[in-house]
Amino acid sequence: MQIDLDIRKTLRSGRRCFDLQVRFSSNSRRIVIYGPSGSGKTLTLQAIAGLIRPDAGHIRLDGTVLFDSQSGTNLAPQARNMAYLFQDYALFPHLSVRQNIGFGLARGWLNPREDVSHEAVDYWLDAFHLRPLAHQFPGQLSGGQRQRTALARALIAQPRALLLDEPFSALDPALRQHMRGELDGLQRRLGVPMVLITHDEDDVEAFGEHVLHLREGQLASGRDAMEMTDNVIQTLRQAT
Amino acid sequence: MESAWTALALSLKVAGWATAINLVLGVAVGFLLARVRFPGRDLLDTLLTLPMVMPPTVLGYYLLVLMGRRSALGAWLHDTFGISLIFTWQGAVIAASIVSFPLVFKPARAAFETIDRQLEQAARVLGVSEVGIFFRITLPLAWRGILAGVLLAFARALGEFGATLMVAGNIPGKTQTLSVAVYEAVQAGQDDVANLLVLVTSLVCVLVLMAASRLVPGRVPHP
Repeated sequence: MQIDLDIRKTLRSGRRCFDLQVRFSSNSRRIVIYGPSGSGKTLTLQAIAGLIRPDAGHIRLDGTVLFDSQSGTNLAPQARNMAYLFQDYALFPHLSVRQNIGFGLARGWLNPREDVSHEAVDYWLDAFHLRPLAHQFPGQLSGGQRQRTALARALIAQPRALLLDEPFSALDPALRQHMRGELDGLQRRLGVPMVLITHDEDDVEAFGEHVLHLREGQLASGRDAMEMTDNVIQTLRQAT
Repeated sequence: MESAWTALALSLKVAGWATAINLVLGVAVGFLLARVRFPGRDLLDTLLTLPMVMPPTVLGYYLLVLMGRRSALGAWLHDTFGISLIFTWQGAVIAASIVSFPLVFKPARAAFETIDRQLEQAARVLGVSEVGIFFRITLPLAWRGILAGVLLAFARALGEFGATLMVAGNIPGKTQTLSVAVYEAVQAGQDDVANLLVLVTSLVCVLVLMAASRLVPGRVPHP
């Protein structure tokens, strides 16, 4: 995956003001954005998915322009073909596991029927061992089962990239380690590029091929950090 | 005695139409107020809530002034389409709609406001259009709240008296609804007619409530 991102966004809430300014490009299939809560990780991920519109900049993915403030391009989230795993999974509470997984395949005004089987849905039900739970509702599932359902729902449309928002924070620690292993294996098997945001160092260790450190809306690592270091060295040289 | 059944049929017709109109308009206005920020939003909410607190006779008077032959709207309707709403059952429908409107749009707005917006975001990323999201996520999740309001509105429309009497009058077989017929029977000292009408009204109300508990989906699992 070739991602090239350079965005700016200012949020105002009363007297408080938050400036997000993120710029990076990467060829990695496993990008981890690491930072404390409130650092702008989720905003960055939402911008890639098209759920928020940056004030300025551009986002390019494998040659496709998703957003460009200069040309006025801003693809709707529906047209970006991304998979997004929300922090608490955002499963549709009124639909069964089967209907949740098949949700994106039905494009009309009606939800997929409960009793109609679909090849792709069946495949993912089996792949994630969800077959016995196909007719259950999200409220009846355990944390791990919810995550598998959400992953299946996100991956069924063969997305260009998988965006993960703190994917393990809603799980208890024992399960967390297990699900990390599952996601790791899944990503290697499918080869789907992913961008994961987290405040958990264990996630960085497990998935971080290209790690970006985000703090108060600014990146502090990767190429930016190297440029900064270069600048410091140059300044030092000039000084001596 | 036959007039009792005529009055019942008319009441059901008027309340049915009023509820159908309110279902469409109430859901639309509730959604608008819940989701779109525009200047005058609070004012609009207040104005549309007025029928709940104002005396129905005052509303009826407003409607008479607005729809009567001497008003601009009433004259235009009469001259262009030959329609006169005063002293017709259609006039009664309009009166009942306006009186029961807050009972639909208020709960609809509240129901739309309590929906987790992230679910709609999830559907958006999955490629579903905005109209699809409304019918597949937003409406089904708000449905219980909306239905509760709609049933209350139906009951309110069925019992409408003041505004209906002002606008539609009291013409047996034409605009005489159940509640108006009860009033007239008592005024005329026809206790047997009044007794029958009251029993019928009570029975209909019980049936509506029973239908309500059946119609509302038994259980929507929530996490």
